[in-house]
Amino acid sequence: MTGLSQPKMPEPSSVQLEKVWTSMRNLFGIFMTGLTGLFAVIAVIPLAAIVINVAEKGLPLINLDLFTKLPPPPGLSGGGLGNAIVGTLIVLAVAVAISVPIGVLGAVWLSEFGRGSKIAYWVRFSANVLSGVPAIIAGLFAYTIVVMTMGSFSAFAGGVALSVVMLPIVMRTTEEGLVLVPEEVRLAAFGLGATRFETVSRVVLPAALPSIATAVTLAVARAGGEAAPLLFTALNNNFWSTDLFRPIATLSVQVYFFAIIPYRPQQELAWAGALVLLAIILLVSVTSRFLTRKRVY
Amino acid sequence: MTLSDTTATDSTAIEAKKNTRYYLDQAFYYITMAFALAIAVALGWIVIQIGITALPAIQKFGLGFLASTTWDPVRNIYGVLPQIYGTLVSAIIALLVAVPLGLGIAVFLSEDFLPTFVSTPIAFAIELLAAIPSVVIGLWGIFVLIPFLAPFYRFLSNYLGWIPLFSSSPRGNSILTLGLVLAFMILPLITSISRGTLVSLPPHLRQGAMALGATRWETILRVLIPAGFSGIVGSIMLALGRAMGETMAAAMLVGNANRINISILEPGSTIASLIASQFGEAGREQVAALLYAGLVLMILTLIVNILAEIIIKKFQNVER
Repeated sequence: MTGLSQPKMPEPSSVQLEKVWTSMRNLFGIFMTGLTGLFAVIAVIPLAAIVINVAEKGLPLINLDLFTKLPPPPGLSGGGLGNAIVGTLIVLAVAVAISVPIGVLGAVWLSEFGRGSKIAYWVRFSANVLSGVPAIIAGLFAYTIVVMTMGSFSAFAGGVALSVVMLPIVMRTTEEGLVLVPEEVRLAAFGLGATRFETVSRVVLPAALPSIATAVTLAVARAGGEAAPLLFTALNNNFWSTDLFRPIATLSVQVYFFAIIPYRPQQELAWAGALVLLAIILLVSVTSRFLTRKRVY
Repeated sequence: MTLSDTTATDSTAIEAKKNTRYYLDQAFYYITMAFALAIAVALGWIVIQIGITALPAIQKFGLGFLASTTWDPVRNIYGVLPQIYGTLVSAIIALLVAVPLGLGIAVFLSEDFLPTFVSTPIAFAIELLAAIPSVVIGLWGIFVLIPFLAPFYRFLSNYLGWIPLFSSSPRGNSILTLGLVLAFMILPLITSISRGTLVSLPPHLRQGAMALGATRWETILRVLIPAGFSGIVGSIMLALGRAMGETMAAAMLVGNANRINISILEPGSTIASLIASQFGEAGREQVAALLYAGLVLMILTLIVNILAEIIIKKFQNVER
């Protein structure tokens, strides 16, 4: 009986309900917000610095010669990167010709037929893992299957190497675009008696065209800047070449070689090449960004 | 009579037409499936192809290749311990810098600290950083970043030289330079994946924590980050894989010295930079050794990437 005494209600104390600006908790929050904001600023600095420096050092060299002339012999000035610009386009064309059909049709299977299946899971898994494989490994691979069997470095080998870099990007980005095409559109096509092939080729793919374009531009932007896979596939060439089965110059490789040799004119050309490369890639990235934003069926 | 005749012929005509369309359709299905499978085949093919071509070196050097510090093309004796060391140390430096930065930015951009018209361009700018070709970053590193960092390196070596890590006269091309550059190259990856993870967390987690009286930062640190932990770890693993495989920046900035140095102010070398700088003038046996080195790099990055994939997948399955 004695133990069951009425529990005493605590005295109503005055509880602080307002935010105390100087409390430790609040100051900590302000500190963290400021710190992470500072981090964001720090992260943008290198981007700005690279763009500004490259523009500063590259712009004075932008002239017609840069796009039409051959690079000068070591130590001499003048000349340009014409052959490397053409070479980059050729190697990229080969890479696009290999990776885009495989990537887009593979993505069609993933989004139209394989959704939710075990095979699709493993295909996506492989694509993600392949996109993490270092680009230089793609170069070694192309070296072993193309250069070693055909006996020479070539633009074609460079294209094969870059297609390995591009394939996962094309496949995954295209798939993301295809999934966004509403299911009703497909059902309507089926309802009219279309087969799966007709539905995909006449309805789904045209509807997803902007996202396929995004996928290809993203992949081209990524591959266009790669030098590592080209070092021992396309190699380099100091002369004009449009032959698919001979070594060919590319912008990225040319920038690398010119950056590490001790001649000033070559180093200046490297900056000009870097500016051209950067301009193309930033342009393509921004374009693809806008393509994606407008992607509404 | 005539009526039923025409119906009969019509239906057979439809049957016949349906057959060709049917086969076209089937063919389309299997062709697209073959292309989808091609990517899995490519992944396996790359490993096998590089392994086979590296076979002479694998047979000659065995696992001792991983523990030997000799790289002697004249005597054809090869080992990649300094390169494995350089790859790992530069990647670790990169992670030490990039993880706090990237995670902080991910939190900052996923919360509504800033109006969207400010935070979206910042997020985009950070993503653009990933689009800059590594050869351009390498060029910038050689001519702008290294001169810029020189005073800091002198400071480290003069005042903190008693720490073994900084115990040498400062060089521009060093493991530390590469680590710092790699940090900014992997930053976008950590930021975008961690941010995606934090944004996709169910809103009731935040509401619950806030209702219990937690401040915004208490919610972030004790609820949101633990809840998104696997996504964040996945992003860090992907970044590690990227840092280990980065080639051009490494070849241009690490100095390509075949030594193991405790001091991170000394030049070193990574597996990727070794391959990039030596493949051009390599003889047959050296090519096999370089392919062996490539295989080692491939296996290292594959393990890291596969773990990352599994961690991220697992997280997605829990949340959806």
